[in-house]
Amino acid sequence: MADNVFTARALTKTYTSGGTQVLALRKLDLEISAGEMVVLLGPSGSGKSTLLNIMGGLDHATSGQLFFRDQELTNLDDRELTAYRRQHVGFVFQFYNLIPSLTAYENVALVTEIADHPMRPEEALALVGLEPRMHHFPAQLSGGEQQRVAIARAIAKRPDVLLCDEPTGALDSKTGIRVIEALLGINTQLGTTTLIITHNASIQDVADRVLFFADGQISRIAKNEVRRTAAELVW
Amino acid sequence: MIRMRALDMKLLRDFGRLWAQALAIALVIAGGVATLILAVGSYRSLDETRTAYYERYRFADVFATVSRAPRTLVDQIAEIPGVASVDARIAKLVLLDIPDYLEPATGEVISLPQSGDASLNRLYMRVGRMPEPGRAEEVVVNEGFALSHGFQPGARFSAILNGRKRELTIVGIALSPEFIYAVGPGDIMPDDRRFGLIWMSEKALASAYDLDDALSSVSLKLLRGASESEVIMRLDAILERYGGRAAYGRKDQTSHAWLNHELDMLNNMSRTLPPIFLLVSAFLVNLTLSRLVALEREQIGLMKALGYSNASIVTHYLKFVIIIVMIGIVIGSAAGTWLGMRITSLFGDFFHFPFLVFTKSPDLYVVAAALSLIAAIIGAVRALREVVRLAPAVAMQAPAPPHYRQLLPAGFAVDRFMSQPTTMMLRNITRHPVRSLFTSLGIALATAILIVSLFTGDAMEQLIDVTYFLADRQDATVSFVEKRPRDVVLQIARLPGVLAAEPYREVPVLIRNGNVERRIMISGRPRDADLNRIIDVDLRPVVLPEAGLAISSMLASILGVRVGDSVEVDLLEGTRRTVVVPVAALVEDYFGIRGMMDSETLARLIREAPSLNSINVSLDQNSREAFYAAVKDMPIVGGLALQRVSLANFRKLVALLITTMASIYTGLAAVIAFGVVYNSARISLSERARELASLRVLGFTRGEVLRILLLELTLLTLIAQPPGWLIGYGLAWIMQKNLAGELMRVRLIVEQSTYVFASSIVIAAAALSALLVRLRLNELDLIAVLKTRD
Repeated sequence: MADNVFTARALTKTYTSGGTQVLALRKLDLEISAGEMVVLLGPSGSGKSTLLNIMGGLDHATSGQLFFRDQELTNLDDRELTAYRRQHVGFVFQFYNLIPSLTAYENVALVTEIADHPMRPEEALALVGLEPRMHHFPAQLSGGEQQRVAIARAIAKRPDVLLCDEPTGALDSKTGIRVIEALLGINTQLGTTTLIITHNASIQDVADRVLFFADGQISRIAKNEVRRTAAELVW
Repeated sequence: MIRMRALDMKLLRDFGRLWAQALAIALVIAGGVATLILAVGSYRSLDETRTAYYERYRFADVFATVSRAPRTLVDQIAEIPGVASVDARIAKLVLLDIPDYLEPATGEVISLPQSGDASLNRLYMRVGRMPEPGRAEEVVVNEGFALSHGFQPGARFSAILNGRKRELTIVGIALSPEFIYAVGPGDIMPDDRRFGLIWMSEKALASAYDLDDALSSVSLKLLRGASESEVIMRLDAILERYGGRAAYGRKDQTSHAWLNHELDMLNNMSRTLPPIFLLVSAFLVNLTLSRLVALEREQIGLMKALGYSNASIVTHYLKFVIIIVMIGIVIGSAAGTWLGMRITSLFGDFFHFPFLVFTKSPDLYVVAAALSLIAAIIGAVRALREVVRLAPAVAMQAPAPPHYRQLLPAGFAVDRFMSQPTTMMLRNITRHPVRSLFTSLGIALATAILIVSLFTGDAMEQLIDVTYFLADRQDATVSFVEKRPRDVVLQIARLPGVLAAEPYREVPVLIRNGNVERRIMISGRPRDADLNRIIDVDLRPVVLPEAGLAISSMLASILGVRVGDSVEVDLLEGTRRTVVVPVAALVEDYFGIRGMMDSETLARLIREAPSLNSINVSLDQNSREAFYAAVKDMPIVGGLALQRVSLANFRKLVALLITTMASIYTGLAAVIAFGVVYNSARISLSERARELASLRVLGFTRGEVLRILLLELTLLTLIAQPPGWLIGYGLAWIMQKNLAGELMRVRLIVEQSTYVFASSIVIAAAALSALLVRLRLNELDLIAVLKTRD
């Protein structure tokens, strides 16, 4: 467990929706090691997002255990989960979720102001290649640029893990590739453990490992001996 | 049909979701409806009560007193054109000696006809009966007097009738339309303990005062359409040779004038408050609905895409508004009716009305409802125009991200010193200037309403200060039944406990400038009077020049004169001459309108030897009892007014009034502050759910997110305070102008503590709504919000 960032043991999540029980995760076991780049693939409702949300401290598991290093996340209350997110986790979502009233720089500063050992906002923006546009408001940026601001905002606090839920879902292939490029750059330069959910199977080639989800379980794990660069991706 | 059902279902669910906001708006509307119904309703009820009371008990229209006139004059008076009926009687002020009551009380004894009811100013018997014709000691007293001394029929007390002490027995307790507001001589406020009305058989009273077949007071009822001034003129002409003191109409009748004043106050309230509420509710509907429509943009687009007409969508949202207004009207009508009845009863008790007529005014409810509805629909118009304008295709796309601007041009690095949440807040405010302005305005109005209500308290304190501590510093005023020679002052000065005594001579006059004329009393006073001082409008004591007249500054503005101008004065006593007198000073006073001048000068004007009808004294507090006892034994004394008791009474009344008003107003202001802040916060929460959820995901705690959400409202609430103070001061000014009457007025004074207190209440109400919003924030579903498109 020592080297693992995440360790899941029989992790289970059930939702009650409209009176019927939905099993989103079925006794899932998983280990993610430090610095790993992992891609999660699978149809809608197969449990990818549920896993990511629980790993990111946004949701509670119904049973089983999930460890972040030696800390059992499944035991934490809301306040502790907030602190956990604040210190260790960076999120990237499909719809960027930038604050429209803040510039790119300020969106990043929003996080660096509350983090313990953050990088400077311009540094984070430089990592995603957006330094020249840092004083623009979200409305003045393209979708891809907005997503890269979101990535800069996620990594500015030097998180231990970066959790991305369909980060290219709303983007065309060219911009999508630039976003993946940014994520890979972070992963290699900072060694940030990165998990990416995607419906785009071609992205799996950039990962160390690919987890295939079906029915709330991992049906298959593929290991890439050679990771492709973003430029080599065929969309 | 099916189509409407689906939309109505949506309406119902929207209500389930937004009930708290809807209620907050409904409460503001209710505030407007309630104040309107409360103020106008209680005004109408009291007015009708008064009218009914006056009619049933035949309250007279014109009044006059004489020293002594033969009864035969009655026929002559009845022949004056326009006179419907005449009532002649004997009325005298007497000093009372009540068992177990230390201070001397004053009474007005009034004769009752030997048989049957009086033709005018009839009594309403509460308990007991009229005195029997042969029984000289039997009397009827007014209810307030009886209640305050715990008198029941059978109780006894003494009165000094024409210098002789008489034991009297109460056989009945009654009310009179003539003394709804019963004020004793020298007093400003009714004091039922120290002033009583005593009705007794005419025969008994006539023999006590040696007034057989004579009268000392007449009342007239006029025919409809008769000219009051014409009748007064003719009546004065008849009574002149009998020592008549200028007749007067209801306008100058103390009880009637005070009642009018109080009713005017209620009426004024109905003109100041409801418009504020209507304005705020229109704004709230506007705020909520336009933001709701913005949030429902996609749904509106979808409905349009599905084929719903603009009309049916607009109707849908209009129904939403109408339901809110309806709820507000129902709550407001209920609250207004209840409060109106409370206020009516409160005033009814205060005035001792024999009965209360609660008017049902369906028109009032209709007007209140219509006004609220109109205000709300005006508020809704902008949002509804937006609905009509939305093209379905556009509506179904996500709106473009809102554009923001740097607060300052690049190069100013000021924003670097602010945290990001502060920057977010400032940009939000500047992006929605109109909305921010209205939000602040709403909050400012809440503060203003509080200031108006508290201003009354400040003004009253100032009034007490000036009246009781700067101007009228005497401990007691001894009044005499008739005017007395000046040397009586020596007699009074020798009474036990008297430290100083100053004589006064009051003369009724008509004072005139051009066409404007008022009936007032001029009080002749020692030039160096120290107990009762003349305080000018700068609140400085003034020593009058030998020849000048000092008049109330209110009177000066009525007559349109300034210091240095001259006024015409008809002296209604003595020589009855008309003289021209210069105005030497304007007096800051708050009760009535009056004139003051040097007593020597006044005596010269009326061409009589210096005389007096009252004496102001200061007392050694340790010898008060001995003084009271001595006064009770002085047959010439008609009444004793006590400053200390008067002040206590005044304070009691003011406390009642202020507490009642302040609690109503505080509640109303809190409703507005709450309605505005809660609605703004809730809508911000919906609009910014995504933003706030992002912050939570980024690791901001609930508290931090709440702070970001409320920072904007906090700033708007704080910014709103100074304009709120200004508007409050403006409303206080309007109120002061409305209240300023010949009978009573106040100075425009708003203490600093009032501003602080008003703001505190509003900020507390805002904080309360913030707490409620916090509960909603806890329900924010992070995952659901972030997974959806903007």
